[in-house]
Amino acid sequence: MASGEIDVAYVAKLARLALTPAEIEKFGAQLATLLDQVDVLSRLPVDGVSATAQVIPQTNVARDDEPRPSLDRETVLRAAPQREGAYFRVPRIIGEDA
Amino acid sequence: MNPLDRTAADVARAVNAGETSAAAVAAAAHARIAERDPAVGAYLAETADLAREHAARVDARVRAGERLPLAGVPLAIKDNMCVAGTLTTCASRILEGWIAPYTATAVQRLLDAGALPLGKTNMDEFAMGSSCENSALGKTANPWDLGRVPGGSSGGSVAAVAAGEAVVALGSDTGGSIREPAAFCGVVGFKPTYGRVSRYGLIAFASSLDQIGPITRTVEDAALVYDVMAGKDPMDATTVDLAVEPAAAGLREDLKGVRVGIVREFGLDKLEPDVRAVYERAYADLERLGAELVEVSLPTADYGVATYYLIAPAECSSNLARFDGMRYGLRVEGADVGQTYEATRAKGFGDEVKRRILIGTYALSSGYYDAYYVRAQKARTLIADDFKKAFASCDAIACPAAASPAFEFAAKADPVSMYLMDYYTIPMSLAGLPSLSVPCGYATPPGARGPLPLGLELSAPLFAERALLGIAHAYERGTRHATLQAIPPLPSAVTA
Repeated sequence: MASGEIDVAYVAKLARLALTPAEIEKFGAQLATLLDQVDVLSRLPVDGVSATAQVIPQTNVARDDEPRPSLDRETVLRAAPQREGAYFRVPRIIGEDA
Repeated sequence: MNPLDRTAADVARAVNAGETSAAAVAAAAHARIAERDPAVGAYLAETADLAREHAARVDARVRAGERLPLAGVPLAIKDNMCVAGTLTTCASRILEGWIAPYTATAVQRLLDAGALPLGKTNMDEFAMGSSCENSALGKTANPWDLGRVPGGSSGGSVAAVAAGEAVVALGSDTGGSIREPAAFCGVVGFKPTYGRVSRYGLIAFASSLDQIGPITRTVEDAALVYDVMAGKDPMDATTVDLAVEPAAAGLREDLKGVRVGIVREFGLDKLEPDVRAVYERAYADLERLGAELVEVSLPTADYGVATYYLIAPAECSSNLARFDGMRYGLRVEGADVGQTYEATRAKGFGDEVKRRILIGTYALSSGYYDAYYVRAQKARTLIADDFKKAFASCDAIACPAAASPAFEFAAKADPVSMYLMDYYTIPMSLAGLPSLSVPCGYATPPGARGPLPLGLELSAPLFAERALLGIAHAYERGTRHATLQAIPPLPSAVTA
């Protein structure tokens, strides 16, 4: 495990998080410290061990595909940052020449 | 006696018997919150009108002859649980002002059983923290010493119960967020097995770990609340379809025939002398009450914190992607959609949430996924296996819930030192086990204005809630740390 090096600006881009240069420096130092701490895991022999995603033996829980009422549209839209009639109003997502 | 100073079992009995009304309890709760919350800060929002509405409904049902397990019981709800028509913020700017359009199943089951929703409690933002100091919307103090933290992330919920501003509360526990604050505030905090209680309507932090549980003054109350809310929910596919044996009927008075495991790797010699003395006595009390103490080993427990701080942030970075300013919550307009996302999340999330999103994104990113995330998932397997081996020779495991009593505000400014607060609670979370903290005594660290509570953590195999609560009840009744002083003496500034 490589530790102590993390390209915070790149990771922030992946996470859709705008950071100031001061934040990049601060978080970079803190994350480096944390990565040093979690590096103890490299000492744990895990060859041949299966990964645990969650601990309860449940797989593929399915239910019948039956129509049923969902949340009230008006109630949900009231919480929207911007709406237009019965729709969420969002910034343009597809470019004009796309 | 003010109903706010009683147990849930006692309040429900009195309301069902017609000795008092739910309406009177709701009024007493409103008065108590007005009196004490300015100093404690347990609540982000009081829902007095809703409590009154529910009280009227409970009184009508009782008059009609119904007997409700939680009739008129004052309930505080952590602000990461949806209650239709109420502000639900996760103590984050990104959800400030958001009103939940539906009610969480766990909450609904308690309301149907007669509980009164008093309000939404403060927490570390998105449940990320161990002191409640990461709340973007309020400050909660420890009712035992207002200069100290209540613990976290369910800090508001535990403070409300400890200060007599609620009789029971709901918290959520991902790596210790019910148990550590319960220990700090001298109340019972119980995390059931992962999958026992529906998470429908709980705003997700780390989905393979999150679990809702009760915060109460007695183990009996914890069993009462658990019995009402546990069980399969069609709205949460991770709830298990296993019969819930009523825990309230399994409470025991002694520990004869019970084997309690003491973990070799959790040696008490790491603790301050007065804290250590409390836990030595707690183990001796278990033995005095009839338990056989057996040494067990959790060789991978020391890897718990590192494992958790990869898995939980990884899941958090994925879960919190939904907060993008499009459909709910804050939106900060940018030049294009990408900049709108980035600016919204920059303004809406606090530092700890940003740190965890960054760690998680990094651990899941191309080139690091196997080295960090998958390795942590394998470590998780080893940790869960260690518990399985340990439980071959014991019925429950006892250890400290936290290494120290509540600390002062700003004492853990370094994020990693805060992460280490969950050393004793994280391994059980990773293994999905039912685990609780029950008051076990007091310590007076240098500078403290008086004794501060400590919690004994008891943990059991998957789905052994009934046995676990039974053992905790026997310990509580045999030591009386909790019932001697359920309501701490609030500082004179508060009671005056």
